Amino acid sequence: MTLYLVKRLAVLLASTAVAAVVVFAFMALLPGDPAEIALGVNATPEAVAELRRQFGTDRAPVAQFLDWAGGLLQGDFGTSYVTSAPIGPQIGDRLGVTAVLVLGGMILAVVIAVPLGTFAAVHHRNALGAVISAASQLGIAIPAFLAGILLVFVFAVQAQALPSGGYVPISENPAEWLRSLLLPWLSLGLVQGAVLTRYVRSAVLDVMREDYLRTARAKGRGSTGALWRHGLRNASIPVVTVLGLQLATLLIGAVVVERVFVVPGLGDLLLNGVAQRDLLLVQGVVMVLVAAVLLINFVVDVAYHLLDPRLR
Amino acid sequence: MRGRMNAGLLVGGVLVGIVVLAALVSFFWTPHDPTLVDAARKLREPGGGYLLGADKFGRDTFSQLMVGARTTLYVGIVAVGIAAVIGTPLGMAAGMTPRGWLSELIMRVNDLVFAFPALLLAVMLGAVYGAGTLTAMIAIGVATVPAFARVARAATLQVMVTDYVLAARAAGRRRPAIAFRHVLPNIGSVLIVQASVSFAIAILAEAALSFLGFGTRPPTPSWGRMLQESQELLFSTPRLALWPGLAIALAVLGFNLLGDGLRDFLDPKLRRIRAEG
Repeated sequence: MTLYLVKRLAVLLASTAVAAVVVFAFMALLPGDPAEIALGVNATPEAVAELRRQFGTDRAPVAQFLDWAGGLLQGDFGTSYVTSAPIGPQIGDRLGVTAVLVLGGMILAVVIAVPLGTFAAVHHRNALGAVISAASQLGIAIPAFLAGILLVFVFAVQAQALPSGGYVPISENPAEWLRSLLLPWLSLGLVQGAVLTRYVRSAVLDVMREDYLRTARAKGRGSTGALWRHGLRNASIPVVTVLGLQLATLLIGAVVVERVFVVPGLGDLLLNGVAQRDLLLVQGVVMVLVAAVLLINFVVDVAYHLLDPRLR
Repeated sequence: MRGRMNAGLLVGGVLVGIVVLAALVSFFWTPHDPTLVDAARKLREPGGGYLLGADKFGRDTFSQLMVGARTTLYVGIVAVGIAAVIGTPLGMAAGMTPRGWLSELIMRVNDLVFAFPALLLAVMLGAVYGAGTLTAMIAIGVATVPAFARVARAATLQVMVTDYVLAARAAGRRRPAIAFRHVLPNIGSVLIVQASVSFAIAILAEAALSFLGFGTRPPTPSWGRMLQESQELLFSTPRLALWPGLAIALAVLGFNLLGDGLRDFLDPKLRRIRAEG
């Protein structure tokens, strides 16, 4: 296990480093010089050269990359060419909002999917199980931002019970904070819950066919008891894998949902950065999101090994 | 024909058929010009030749949906095509040399690409080249490569241990010959299923990108942008969000059901397992 952990950790670090090179190289391809863009068309060549020196964009790309990557290791994302503000603190602020959004959506998805999927598996021969399967199939077909728009229509336009958008920090007003996040959470959670329900159903169905479950039932446990004691842990192995993959999907889904509900998270920061051509900011946010996906995959792989003793 | 028709295949096929038909017909005929802006028809209610009404610019919603179907299919076909053409040979190569350095390299690169979701790729491409249909298609296509490579590799691994491949290898056939004669035909059905499922994901991604302004540019109609434009009018004219939303959901549902149905249809083994379950 330790050897596996060390190897997997090495792969994580290597992939993150390569990802940093890819992100940097990609943004370096950009036509246009940040210094020229910042100063406008009427700038003197001397002023442009001076600003270029200040930005550090007059140096060789390799030196620029090492500078940027070295800064990242210390949490320094550089200073925006457009707003002259340090980028790290902005990302830090927004990361918290996005993390709360994603985790809330994930918890909701699990709370929906585990009971529904298990129920659908146990009752796979009757109508109710089929209804759940059909409903989850429909849920998969609805993207999170569409779910968001539908939820706004039902809860903000029709019922007028919840705000249609906007965000209130928890430090300002915890109750309003909760109200402002309910619909974004639901948008992400319902859709991911629908996807997850299908995986839980098929994982439980697989487990129900196993000999050890039949043995447990033969020994006099009720079918629910047998499933509870022997089934769910085994069913959790494939589900945890999917959950990890979904966490990555949720992170990206959150980018879009933030736009629907005007939530000031990383996605909002990213899209504003693109609109203002704030390239170093875009570069930083993309790097954080990619690193997050890599980290999630790492955690999933390790969890997989911990849950399945056969792999140890 | 190996299997029998099933409900999923039928419903999926019909839904996909409707989208394809709408897209094809839109080349020759739409009720109105989908891009014609007309202040007199602004937010016109449904009826009188305007089946689903008109939007805030007076553009006919039904015509926009039809041309939007074209955009959706176009992006889906190119994106899934990119993913299949790149991902399948890579996955096969990895599956045919499971212990070699090539396999390891391919799968590591695969994992890395996997960390760049379509949306991030599209945003990066959009920042560099300006967002549009092309950048959206490339981004979705590249992001889908790992899915194809993984599926192709897993299927290839299974085919490589079959008796007919062992016989071919014993007879001295070279790897490329085995790949084309034995592996590709036998993993074909798995790839077709993957293509259908990937198409559904591509539709979702295209809609999200258009919604964010990183997809097809105006005035070309796209379902995602129709949704984005409808959002500010949700309080007064919710039907503008309803129709493109429904179109996206039904198209995705169609491709997902088609994929599931094809899986059961093409693989009798899986069907038997399901029937027992």
